[in-house]
Amino acid sequence: MKPSKIITRALLLLAASLLKVLPAKAQTATPSDFSFSSAAALTWVLFIVLLIVFFAALVLKQKVNGIKDSNKVKTEEEQKRVLQAHTRNLNSKQIGKLSDYKKRKSINTIVLLVILSVFPGTSMWAQETSKPADSLLNETGIIITIILLLIPILFAIIFLIVKVINVVNQTRNQQNLEEADRLAAYLRTLPEEEINTHLKRRKAALDYRLKQDELSGNQPAEDEKGLLQVNGQTGLPIVALKKKALPRPNIDPELSRLILWYLGCATFWLLFGTTIGEYVGIKFVAPDADHVSWLSFGRLRPVHTNAVFWGWASLGMLGLGYYVVPRVSNTKLANIKYGWWALWLINAAVILGTVCLMAGINNGGGEYREYVWPVTLLFAIGVVLTLINFLQTIARRTTKEIYISNWYIVAAIIFAIVITVVAYVPYWQNGLGETIIQGYYMHQGVGMWFMLFTLGIVYYFLPQQLNKPIYSYSLGILAFWTQILFYTLIGTHHFVFSSIPWWLQTVAIVGSAGMVIPVIAGTTNFIMTFKGAWYKIKDSYTLPFFLVGIIFYFTGSMQGTAEAFRSTNLIWHFTDFTVAHSHLTMYGIICFFLWAGIYAIIPRLTGKEAPQITIGAHFWLALIGLMFYTIPLMYGSTLKGLLWMQGKPFIDGVVLMAPYWLWRAIGGSLMWLSHLFFAYNMYKMLARRYVVDVRETAIQKLDDTSSSAHPIA
Amino acid sequence: MKLFDNHKKLFSTATLFFVGLTILVAIMPAIRNQDNNQPLPGAQELSPEAVKGKALFVANGCVACHTQQVRNVDMDKMWGSRPSLAADYADIHRIDVWRNTATLMGTERTGPDLTDIGNRQPSKDWNLVHLYNPRIVVKESIMPAYPWLFAIKKEPSKSDIVVNVPAQYLNGQEGKVVATKEAMYLIAYLQSLKQTKLPDGTTAPAFLYKREEKKVTGASGAEPDGKAIFTANCQSCHQANGEGLPGAFPPLKGSPVVLGDDLEKYVDIIMNGYDARAEFGVMPPVGTNMQFTEHEVAALINYERTSWGNNGKKVTPEEVKKIIDFVKLKAAK
Repeated sequence: MKPSKIITRALLLLAASLLKVLPAKAQTATPSDFSFSSAAALTWVLFIVLLIVFFAALVLKQKVNGIKDSNKVKTEEEQKRVLQAHTRNLNSKQIGKLSDYKKRKSINTIVLLVILSVFPGTSMWAQETSKPADSLLNETGIIITIILLLIPILFAIIFLIVKVINVVNQTRNQQNLEEADRLAAYLRTLPEEEINTHLKRRKAALDYRLKQDELSGNQPAEDEKGLLQVNGQTGLPIVALKKKALPRPNIDPELSRLILWYLGCATFWLLFGTTIGEYVGIKFVAPDADHVSWLSFGRLRPVHTNAVFWGWASLGMLGLGYYVVPRVSNTKLANIKYGWWALWLINAAVILGTVCLMAGINNGGGEYREYVWPVTLLFAIGVVLTLINFLQTIARRTTKEIYISNWYIVAAIIFAIVITVVAYVPYWQNGLGETIIQGYYMHQGVGMWFMLFTLGIVYYFLPQQLNKPIYSYSLGILAFWTQILFYTLIGTHHFVFSSIPWWLQTVAIVGSAGMVIPVIAGTTNFIMTFKGAWYKIKDSYTLPFFLVGIIFYFTGSMQGTAEAFRSTNLIWHFTDFTVAHSHLTMYGIICFFLWAGIYAIIPRLTGKEAPQITIGAHFWLALIGLMFYTIPLMYGSTLKGLLWMQGKPFIDGVVLMAPYWLWRAIGGSLMWLSHLFFAYNMYKMLARRYVVDVRETAIQKLDDTSSSAHPIA
Repeated sequence: MKLFDNHKKLFSTATLFFVGLTILVAIMPAIRNQDNNQPLPGAQELSPEAVKGKALFVANGCVACHTQQVRNVDMDKMWGSRPSLAADYADIHRIDVWRNTATLMGTERTGPDLTDIGNRQPSKDWNLVHLYNPRIVVKESIMPAYPWLFAIKKEPSKSDIVVNVPAQYLNGQEGKVVATKEAMYLIAYLQSLKQTKLPDGTTAPAFLYKREEKKVTGASGAEPDGKAIFTANCQSCHQANGEGLPGAFPPLKGSPVVLGDDLEKYVDIIMNGYDARAEFGVMPPVGTNMQFTEHEVAALINYERTSWGNNGKKVTPEEVKKIIDFVKLKAAK
């Protein structure tokens, strides 16, 4: 019987037996009904056991067939062919021995030892009895009994298979021994000259070895151009070893200091802002954690958002901007002093704003413009000073074109000023005017300030870190103009179904859909820049941050488009889905890009690098934390939205969210922990530790002695 | 391109483009909406206390969780009798020279919408207890507690408003909880939040995305879920165990009104509210506010009569319908 026939027959049999057991359950069972004590589960266990038996039978069948084939009486011709094939396949050592033997042949007669003791194993053919499927199968006791019975049967089958395989091997060895006998006899009769000509040549060929210096030559190794950096550490590394950053000696130390201060302040605000955020998240789980007015949820929430927006992200972006703008203009920064002024003003704004918010002084409740105008004014002056500074720098550029990074960065600053003016000037803020402006402001703040600026940073740092040009300059330009066109329209999608004009809501939704163009253009550009350089990711600790940022740039932005439609708005609006989305974007995109940039430049400015293990810890905790934060929130709030649509009592939604809020707190804690690692890394990269560098000091001492010896020189 | 190599032209173009779009989609619509909407004729201005209360509402960031907008979608029906209109916000102006206008529409609804809270929960006692610690009355609530709006007094004077707080929420402090001025301002604001009735002859915009109506089912289909109606509308005072809150809200467990024969009084209380007993808070006209149908009232009565060990006679929607029509007339007088 052919194996294929057996297979089909066996499968049909199995299918039939399954069908016989399943139908009663098939109509009612859904995946969620599954339980290990149900008849369905038992059927599956049986099915799996049968499947194992079936495959065992197949394997045995094949083995037996193999034995049968080798047992077949071979013709003279066939046997000779086999022996010749063996002779051809002798290895060098065997050939050597054979020629030795031939030499000794006249004197000796070889005695071949043949030890043969085959104990034909007793085969056990156990037979599997099929279990009748009756109503008793639903009883837990019966099921446990059956499973207990099945366990020895399974062991018996395994034992059987092992035994059979042994028998098969023994039989095969016996046959091989017989064949070896024949081969020895054949070799003995082989004529001398055949060994000398063919086999000796074969031996020479098999013995050929490379000398191992065919490519390198045999001169001693020398690194004349200083390209090699040999890692002196030996032993197993705990984390993958990545390439060291290269020092860049030609940065103005003054500018360097300014940038480091920006990034240092940003790190402080990240720690501060996310500590507050973490606490606010915990309050969803433990609302009675404290009863202090300054720490109540409603006051701390804007403290968190504003501190991470205007403190962390803005200062971080500006710090990197102070590096990028002069660099791609190939000139010096126009005015360092303005840079310091901007830094102090922005820091002052965030400090004052935080105190005001905690004291209960805010602008009237519009998200992200909770700071009262005198506070925001400080921030705005800082941004205006930066704009003047950057424009003057670009005006003195020594390159003809304006690199795309500067398009994005300068446009982001101009737009931020426009947005702030529109948001704080009182002439159009009464009644619904406030709502329309609020929708415009909160989304332009995110898209035109943070996103545009960060894209500018990426357009510089990504090609720099990959050491290859950006894939397409034109795609960058397309993304720039389409971002302005579509992003400006989408603000009011935060007020879909509210009393603002229906047409304005529709414009916002259309704009949100249009955002597909700049997002896809940008993502394509970045991914294609990676093309051919993917291998660099494993060598670099900055590129993983870029990659995560790019992934979230695509998914996070597309999610925003998906949320804007009326049908999805119905489910997700007002729920925590928005919170998950804003973290996916502000954290997944902006923070990851900023970290990538920071890890890329600080070692170049200070010559100090952070330990790779803590950079790794930062990366993974942030990424995993973000996933724990956002996914449960999105899932839970979808359920909550559906519950609202069914008209269920409001409090049911609060109860439903409890476990997802807990997950959010856990994810938030991981993210927060990652920021501690980040702060430590910053410390390692910035701290002025006095460690005596043996080589450096030795050289200096030589210098000192030589200069004191020859004072005139 | 030449344009792109000249920073003045490049950045001016981008700025003009952005500012132009901004004027079109933000400033012009904002000005038009600000100027062309008038408050509804019956709209009430905020009292001086309510204005102070609103300032507290803004200061404490309540808008982070509480929206004040009834969207024109069916799921928002529970927050008001009609969708919010531009006119509802037309009378809101800049607070003062430091602070912007507070329409307080909100973008998150972690807590209930407050557009019509003045009608839905007018009880001062409930609001005070809830404000002191929301978990006294709604144990699943995650709203912050506001004990700093209250004072603890050993011997409150007669003019003091004493709040009945269970001992376990006092954290070992001795004395009576007394509402401060601020607490009263905040409650004045909450009580002032009521949807203004549209002038006669105007129809409100429709609620969109209607859900499959299962409620109005005469012969086929199930009756509305009495327990869900109770949870949404009654539980915050009378509690999930039906025992109410001693000294604030009466129990329904073993209540003579619930178990007695006077169905008319029972339905009247549900539809039109109740304020007959000094030791308890005022009950709002829940049924009228929520536009209960006779099916819903019957389901609610049947739930209350068969829960927490209550064992009362069940009623049919037909019986209830007659009484609703009757008490409506009575209330109108």
